Amino acid sequence: MFKLLGSLVISFIDELGNITILGLRAMRSIVRGKVQMRNVIDQMAWLGVNSLAVSVTTAAFVGMVFATQIVTKFSKLGAISMVGGIVGLAVWRELAPILTAVVLAGRIGAAIAAELGSMKVTDQIDAMESMAVSPVDYLVAPRVLSCVFMLPVLIIFADLIGFLGGYFVSVFIFSVNPVSYFTSASTMLTVTDIWPGIFIKGPIFGLIISMIATYKGLSAKGGARGVGEVTTSAVVLALVSIFVSNYFLSQIIFR
Amino acid sequence: MIDFERVTKIFDSRLIIDNVDLTINKGEKVSIIGPSGCGKSTMLRLIIGLQPVTFGRVMIEGDDVAKLSSTGLAKLRLKFGMVFQSSALFDSLDVGKNVGFGLKQNTDYDDNKINKIVAEKLEMVGLAGIERTMPSELSGGMQKRVALARAIATSPKILLYDEPTTGLDPITSTVIENLINKLNAELDVTSIVVTHQLSTIYNTSDRIIMMHSGKLFEAGTPDEAKRNQNPIINHFLNGIVTPSERKEY
Repeated sequence: MFKLLGSLVISFIDELGNITILGLRAMRSIVRGKVQMRNVIDQMAWLGVNSLAVSVTTAAFVGMVFATQIVTKFSKLGAISMVGGIVGLAVWRELAPILTAVVLAGRIGAAIAAELGSMKVTDQIDAMESMAVSPVDYLVAPRVLSCVFMLPVLIIFADLIGFLGGYFVSVFIFSVNPVSYFTSASTMLTVTDIWPGIFIKGPIFGLIISMIATYKGLSAKGGARGVGEVTTSAVVLALVSIFVSNYFLSQIIFR
Repeated sequence: MIDFERVTKIFDSRLIIDNVDLTINKGEKVSIIGPSGCGKSTMLRLIIGLQPVTFGRVMIEGDDVAKLSSTGLAKLRLKFGMVFQSSALFDSLDVGKNVGFGLKQNTDYDDNKINKIVAEKLEMVGLAGIERTMPSELSGGMQKRVALARAIATSPKILLYDEPTTGLDPITSTVIENLINKLNAELDVTSIVVTHQLSTIYNTSDRIIMMHSGKLFEAGTPDEAKRNQNPIINHFLNGIVTPSERKEY
């Protein structure tokens, strides 16, 4: 029992150390200007186009279901005029950032891990290194940069669509006054409820997803099965890391 | 030019290369032969710094590979072209971009110049005009030839071939072997071929080195190798398996 626990702790620390080292190498590559902007832009376009529809759809329906729950309870308490503020608070502070990150971890994290894993097991990474091209400069750093920059952009869309999803359900299904929906949001919330979700949580979640996915991809071995294993573990580890870090970020930011 | 000095490689607690010395001179065509999994490919990976040695040192033109900085290692790798067993073509890039990859990343050449070199190298391997084809659309033999074109695109001094003919039919194998000889003659390079294919061993080598249980055995020229009485070399080249060797193979 203790042996198993010990080996799990050691393997966790080992992975964390390796991810940190890869992260530092990616940072060095970015700072030294070794990243080709064309690669970054390609990745951003791919990431944004592939994820926008699914992240705004998720945000819309989460905003709608959240508003449904809030309206039915708040109407009994006579606090229906506060619905807009509560939906805004939940969506902007927590739901939009974390759900966008979850969507990105599932779609982009898995895609990055599978792509790099497949390149690793077919010797393409070694071929790249043998041609004096660093996989960190060419593959890792552009993906990290694009995730760090694009996740906040996707969160902005999710914030907007999630809030409007709540508005749609509140106003058109539960007949909440549309003016009070916006008024409660503007009185209860300030800009400090919006920007940390976009500009603090977004880049951090983007960093977590991209670092875990690239590290897992580059550590793949053993053919197709190995690629499948690293893809699954990249998504699982990214999701757990996002939820854990979200708790601590919210404790720090919103206390 | 390439010196292995008392090199040992241990991988996952398994002794792969056991205290070997080897010198490969400029312009030589050396084949490293041996059974599958004996560590032949590891020799190539140690030369180009894709794996570190456990003990000893690998010297390339006087530089200790293990002591080079990342920039130094990158410069060293520009002297090499490597053909991988699986071809290792970048499957997201077309043939032209694969062949021109090293030039694009390591030189200031404009696209026109790179395209011209790519066309020239593809012509050399008999695949002119397939720049826009994706690797997945090519046969195994064609992929190997594209990998050859990619390896020579940056005009390296040393070519490393990891099982260049394994899995290919005899005709395609001969085509690749002829190409290796042609490139060696035309480009004045040093070639190191890792293989266990007899035709490749005999057709592409000036000197044959046998690897067995982590040790190296000098087998001589192809003619000398055929007459070599060392049982390890003799049995391998003639496909003789004694009861004691059965487990090892």
